[in-house]
Amino acid sequence: MSLLEIENLRVTFPTPKGNIDVVRGISFNLDRERLGIVGESGSGKSMTGRAILKLIRAPGRVSADTFRFDGIDLRNQSEKAMRSIRGARISMVMQDPKFSLNPVMTVGEQIAEALQTHKRLPRREIRNRVHTMLEAVRIADPERVATLYPHEISGGMGQRVMIAMMLIPEPDLLIADEPTSALDVSVQAQVLDIIDEQVKRKGMGLIFISHDLNLVSSYCDRILVMNSGTIVEECNAGDLRNATHPYTRGLIAAIPQLNETRDELPVLDRSTWVAK
Amino acid sequence: MANVRSWLIDDSPSSRLQARLGRAYRISGALSRNPLAAIGAVIILILILTAIFAPWIATHDPLKQDLTQRLLRPSGINWMGTDELGRDIWSRVVYGARITLVIVVLVAVLAAPAGLVIGAVAGYFGGWIDRILMGITDIFLSMPKLILALALVAALGPGIENAIIAIAITSWPGYARIARAETLTFKNSEFIAAIRLQGASSLRVILGHVLPLCTSSMIVRVTLDMAGIILTAAGLGFIGLGAQPPLPEWGAMIARGRSFILDQWWVATMPGFAIIIVSLGFCFLGDGLRDVLDPKSGEQR
Amino acid sequence: MIALSLQNLDIFYGETQITHNINVEIKEGESFALVGESGSGKSTVLKAIAGLAPEWSGSISAFGQPRSHNIDQQFAKHCQMVFQDPYGSLHPRKTVDATLSEPLAIHGVSNQNGRVEDILVAVGLDRKFRFRYPHQLSGGQRQRVAIARALMLEPKLLLLDEPTSALDVSVQAEILNLLKRLRREQNLTFLMVTHNLPVVSFLCDRLAVMRHGRIVEIADVAELKRGALKEPYSRELMDISSAHAG
Repeated sequence: MSLLEIENLRVTFPTPKGNIDVVRGISFNLDRERLGIVGESGSGKSMTGRAILKLIRAPGRVSADTFRFDGIDLRNQSEKAMRSIRGARISMVMQDPKFSLNPVMTVGEQIAEALQTHKRLPRREIRNRVHTMLEAVRIADPERVATLYPHEISGGMGQRVMIAMMLIPEPDLLIADEPTSALDVSVQAQVLDIIDEQVKRKGMGLIFISHDLNLVSSYCDRILVMNSGTIVEECNAGDLRNATHPYTRGLIAAIPQLNETRDELPVLDRSTWVAK
Repeated sequence: MANVRSWLIDDSPSSRLQARLGRAYRISGALSRNPLAAIGAVIILILILTAIFAPWIATHDPLKQDLTQRLLRPSGINWMGTDELGRDIWSRVVYGARITLVIVVLVAVLAAPAGLVIGAVAGYFGGWIDRILMGITDIFLSMPKLILALALVAALGPGIENAIIAIAITSWPGYARIARAETLTFKNSEFIAAIRLQGASSLRVILGHVLPLCTSSMIVRVTLDMAGIILTAAGLGFIGLGAQPPLPEWGAMIARGRSFILDQWWVATMPGFAIIIVSLGFCFLGDGLRDVLDPKSGEQR
Repeated sequence: MIALSLQNLDIFYGETQITHNINVEIKEGESFALVGESGSGKSTVLKAIAGLAPEWSGSISAFGQPRSHNIDQQFAKHCQMVFQDPYGSLHPRKTVDATLSEPLAIHGVSNQNGRVEDILVAVGLDRKFRFRYPHQLSGGQRQRVAIARALMLEPKLLLLDEPTSALDVSVQAEILNLLKRLRREQNLTFLMVTHNLPVVSFLCDRLAVMRHGRIVEIADVAELKRGALKEPYSRELMDISSAHAG
């Protein structure tokens, strides 16, 4: 049995001009592996991530033929049941730590709270776990950092704190939605390495959502390429160079190279596959 | 009709006029889908039509006294009854719409632009200009509106013109505050930087680029304030410092009817209803406009 | 001819000194990149040149004429800027037409109608977009409008602040192609700020690597392509880029 089984997932939003499907019937399975979902803005990749946590706000609707996480049918879970799954079993790291951390709580308190919501532990134990977790995300002096407020730490540090918060309840599945887009390239690599290390060590599943093909292919085992709400390509990360779908090939070709020799970058001709 | 509509909602307008009309059409469409706003708009429309066509709508001469017909109950001839001088109350309420509309429009025309410019200038330049202008604004804001208006009318002498001036002087500071707050949020945005880089003068930036962004929240605020303005004007009329007799001003009419409130309730109540309905109309419309115009919550999507 | 010369440029925000002793000379027709991470001061340099960061010492001169600390109309004609965020750099209540006509109105240029039509063709925007509001355009279309606006006064020097970093890669490719073509057709000089080395490799001739407000290294893009940057920090940035490119 897979960790996550999804068949014919749809996310629908009503508009004055009729319903619009932002995710149009996608199916995939996830084991305890690293899955990358790549696509451009509006491809439905983030909506897919949110749909898994049932975080689509009304009037948006989620429907699926199969929608199971670790044997639990997510379709008929109440909001209350979802709250005990979110965080404890499935966690999500968002794009910008500036907006996801509470500005009036110290870093240590926030991580502790993430743990306490799902487990009752003695205070000393919580403290130790918070410090161990901060060490695990490569924060050199956890004692000091735990007492800082979010505005006192850098963006990269903030994102590591977010990861610590999301991983401390030891979830089975981590969804990372553009976890490094707000960070500098040198910090990006470090943050991704940390995610990678934790995911491997704890044997979790990872869904890594990003617009960056290269980034996804270097940190994931398997890749789904999404375009306008559908999966257009599914392949192993190593085989991305041999992608067959014109959209994927177009995307790869459009990225400039460090030793660029082309005088003009090839531009996607959307008419070739949007026609249906 | 279908052609006009598709021309208006065309995603690719071919002239400035079409683009502007299209936007107006989308806004009015959104407004009409909001039931409260639609009710508000209808009330205001009725007020305006009543003011324009008062001579045809009124059944009697609003100023003509007839002491034989004093304090009559509402009937088929005098729909809202008559007052203590035998004047038809319905006709006076109808003509009162004119006075109310004049007060509201003049206050809006005087106070809103003044507040808008003062606030935008203070917000855009910042520094000591901001401190001086906002200091003055705060002094005005710290005084109770009605008391300030009272003092002004007492100094200028009673009368409808002075009441308008007094109300205008007491209402601009609120608009200046809003305009300043709005300006501060746009001041450092890249589109303002871009226009400055093209060599635009500060005057041009403020008038052409900052003010248009403040206007929608200003329209909402002014509409919501209309109710307050009407009430202040009525209040001044009530204590005899606003419109002077025999002008059929609603507040003054209530004041006259006060003495008969127990026995001849309609004398004070009818103009009171008029005030309530029109104030509500402006409030509904203002709320609806906020939903439609507020740049943070709609229209863009 | 030297299009832009920065000498001993120290830029301040209040008490804080952002850049130290920046010296750069850019030839006319050249495309020059300022590369660095956030906080390196690269965007501040651009702002100082444009006139948006008026507290600086040293000298800035464009086409032989020293620049004053304030924004002036004369300088505006020579030098324009394209901002990073196409969603924030267009006035939300102005149509494309109004945005593009404004610089002409400021400088009293005649034939506004014709010039707007010409520029739309030049940046590859269909005529049907002319009277749309920004919220009716996609990110790529908005950035084309922003580029068109910068070109309305026919400047010779274009300051580009991460012009494609907010865009999808397929749209980035379109905008990069457009910038390259416009530079060739109108003989423009580019000064581009970016953190993306492959983009530099595609669009630029020379680059300066910045860190902590100082220029670490100035090199030809040919050296970047060969992987032959000298300073350790430049090599570090280069390694990260090539690791991503897999």
